[in-house]
Amino acid sequence: MSQSLRAPLLFAFVAVLFILEGTTSAWIFSGSWNTSLGILNMALISAIMALGVNLQWGYAGLFNVGIMGFVALGGLATVLVSLPPTPGTWTAGGGPRIVLALLLGAATVVAAVLIQSRLPKGRVRALGTLTILVGGFFLYRWAFDGGVSVVEAINPANAGNIGGLNPGGVDGFRDWGVITLLAWPLGGVLAAGAAWVIGKTALGLRSDYLAIATLGIAEIIISVMKNEDWLARGVKNVIGLPRPVPYEIDLQNSASFVERAASFGLDATTASTIYVKLAYMVLFTVVLLVLLWLAERALKSPWGRMMRAIRDNETAAEAMGKDVTARHLQIFILGSAICGIAGAMMTTLDSQLTPGAYQPLRFTFLIWVMVIIGGSGNNLGSILGAFLIWWLWVQVEPMGLWLSQVLTSGLAEDNWFRVAMADSAAHMRLFTMGIALLLVLRFSPRGLIPEK
Amino acid sequence: MDFLNGLVTLANFVLIPATSYGAQLALGALGVTLIYGILRFSNFAHGDTMAFGTTITILLTWWFQSMGISFGVLPTALLALPFGIAATGLLLVGTDRVVYRFYRRKKAAPVILVIVSVGVMFIMNGIVRFIIGVSDQNFADGERFIISARDFKDMTGLAEGLALRTTQVLTVVVAVIVVAVLFWFLNKTRTGKSMRAFSDNEDLALLSGINPERVVMVTWLIVAGLATVAGVLYGLDKSFKPFTYFQLLLPIFASAVVGGLGNPLGAIAGGFVVAFSEVTVTYAWKKVLTYWLPDSLAPDGLVQLMSTDYKFAVSFAILIIVLLFKPTGLFKGQSV
Repeated sequence: MSQSLRAPLLFAFVAVLFILEGTTSAWIFSGSWNTSLGILNMALISAIMALGVNLQWGYAGLFNVGIMGFVALGGLATVLVSLPPTPGTWTAGGGPRIVLALLLGAATVVAAVLIQSRLPKGRVRALGTLTILVGGFFLYRWAFDGGVSVVEAINPANAGNIGGLNPGGVDGFRDWGVITLLAWPLGGVLAAGAAWVIGKTALGLRSDYLAIATLGIAEIIISVMKNEDWLARGVKNVIGLPRPVPYEIDLQNSASFVERAASFGLDATTASTIYVKLAYMVLFTVVLLVLLWLAERALKSPWGRMMRAIRDNETAAEAMGKDVTARHLQIFILGSAICGIAGAMMTTLDSQLTPGAYQPLRFTFLIWVMVIIGGSGNNLGSILGAFLIWWLWVQVEPMGLWLSQVLTSGLAEDNWFRVAMADSAAHMRLFTMGIALLLVLRFSPRGLIPEK
Repeated sequence: MDFLNGLVTLANFVLIPATSYGAQLALGALGVTLIYGILRFSNFAHGDTMAFGTTITILLTWWFQSMGISFGVLPTALLALPFGIAATGLLLVGTDRVVYRFYRRKKAAPVILVIVSVGVMFIMNGIVRFIIGVSDQNFADGERFIISARDFKDMTGLAEGLALRTTQVLTVVVAVIVVAVLFWFLNKTRTGKSMRAFSDNEDLALLSGINPERVVMVTWLIVAGLATVAGVLYGLDKSFKPFTYFQLLLPIFASAVVGGLGNPLGAIAGGFVVAFSEVTVTYAWKKVLTYWLPDSLAPDGLVQLMSTDYKFAVSFAILIIVLLFKPTGLFKGQSV
């Protein structure tokens, strides 16, 4: 198979998988367009995450295993934008006090960094830094704890958080669903901010350290989101976020929509769910195509060539006068921002934020599997990897069940082996992903669509 | 009396738990640091290796229990431990043959080996889930307490109790034995010396006729032992849940880096530094301070610097501080 035919053929193969899912209920397929589009939408989001990771790994060779954290920050942005402000947050003095506390915290860190960089090394500097850090911490806690207790006391059963920016108010915020689109770039900005902090500390050290640091920051972001109830209700979860597309129930109540659906030979319920999923699909596809176009432009520009030069030989690039650490920081921030955008989109699609659902295996390492298998360094490859691996991730369970049924078809219903096999089908996913990753790394280390 | 009461409270809630947790982290970090020293990559599959060894040990423990075999006052799991270690050793040496050896021969970049270890992590995680599922398992048996809080109060007449659990003492004792044997092995035996030589300078070691495959195999076997012991002790002390073991990766990495990657002594120190910081920062000091300070200064709040849920943040903060100010760790580690 020639190189030029390879990508179109592989994409066609993936398309066939999704079409089969929608049309036939044979083998492992469900025969429902609803399911097929559901998988496709999540695959589109995964593809955006994979683009971000490919930017960092494929272009610059940075090993970031904190993707989950950036995705979660994107989700947080969606909540902070799309919810209406909780009544009483800003009037009862809770919100302003939290903002003050965060400013105090930031000021403490900035002051400590300034002292570290301006004063000469010695006892004065060490003592000064320590005083500022300890004093600042207690000042911050004083302001923060007071503000948090006020905010969390407001209607704790349904709110207890600061809410967001939605201008519609508590009663009309669902009509302002379109504001959620604003959360997507903001999610990117939040993630970029976090990436700047991590990059400043861990880039320029050894590659393993960046990996360990990002692994850590992702866990911390998740634990902040789980525990800071004032922010996004923590493990009490936020549900029913407004969304930029129509609600199914409104569509079903609209006479013209029901008529249109009937002309396609569909009942109103099916038609409305498919319509909503198609609407999301269009939005996500637009974002993906824009980002892909930008990433391709960047790759083919002098900047992209410089990045690959740095990746392939840091010492040589440095000798040519390139600031390796600064360029690494730049691309680390860009890639993380893309993951943040994808995270905001995912929370929009789910209409809810459940911090407990963020698992590193699913949101960090699975994206890595997508990029490596698809072809690191090649944007189309990463996207293909995302579609293929996400499809596999969803379908491995039915496949495992089918396999266990075939293998044990001769046995009695209650045979222990048959029961055990059926039970273990649920755990097939991680195992299959590991095997797939190792096989590709070993026999086709450049991925399905290699870098040109 | 107040001073003693405060001291007992401190020992009960900070010193004893932190010591046993520190010993568990130290054993885990020793495994990571050995792999780093000999094979030169950060092994992301280490948490799941611990989970695998513990799983096998738990299964055998249940089997022994069902046959009526017990270890008296000590947990039955100790009897099953050697078999768990053997199974883990087989798995690790097998993984090395099938997976890692190929990249070693190719002299692949360390980061590629890290990604490969991520693949291995997925597979091991899957295997553990196949075998034992995802839920919490408690497999501690035998005597629960050496001293219970109530006995301690009766004995000393103090207002505060001190509970000393069997698993906590066991953890420390086993860890001391394991570390002693490991250092004896590394410093006194021929194989151990060849391992250190290989770690210090691969080319010179090869030149002096050290068989690299043998060094690597011995390393994996030792790592299997360390990981299984660490996992079983952690499981006995707390409980076994595959996902928790995966999460242990972060404090373990932090311990190894803080001590200096590739330095076994550093890994032990790092384990205790991380454990003590985690426990002291997330402990509510109110009770101790009320005993120790005069009444006029007694605190109103909990005097808890951070909520317990942020213990990961603590190990991470230590990691960052060390990386910023002493990138090779407290004890001199290797850098590539």
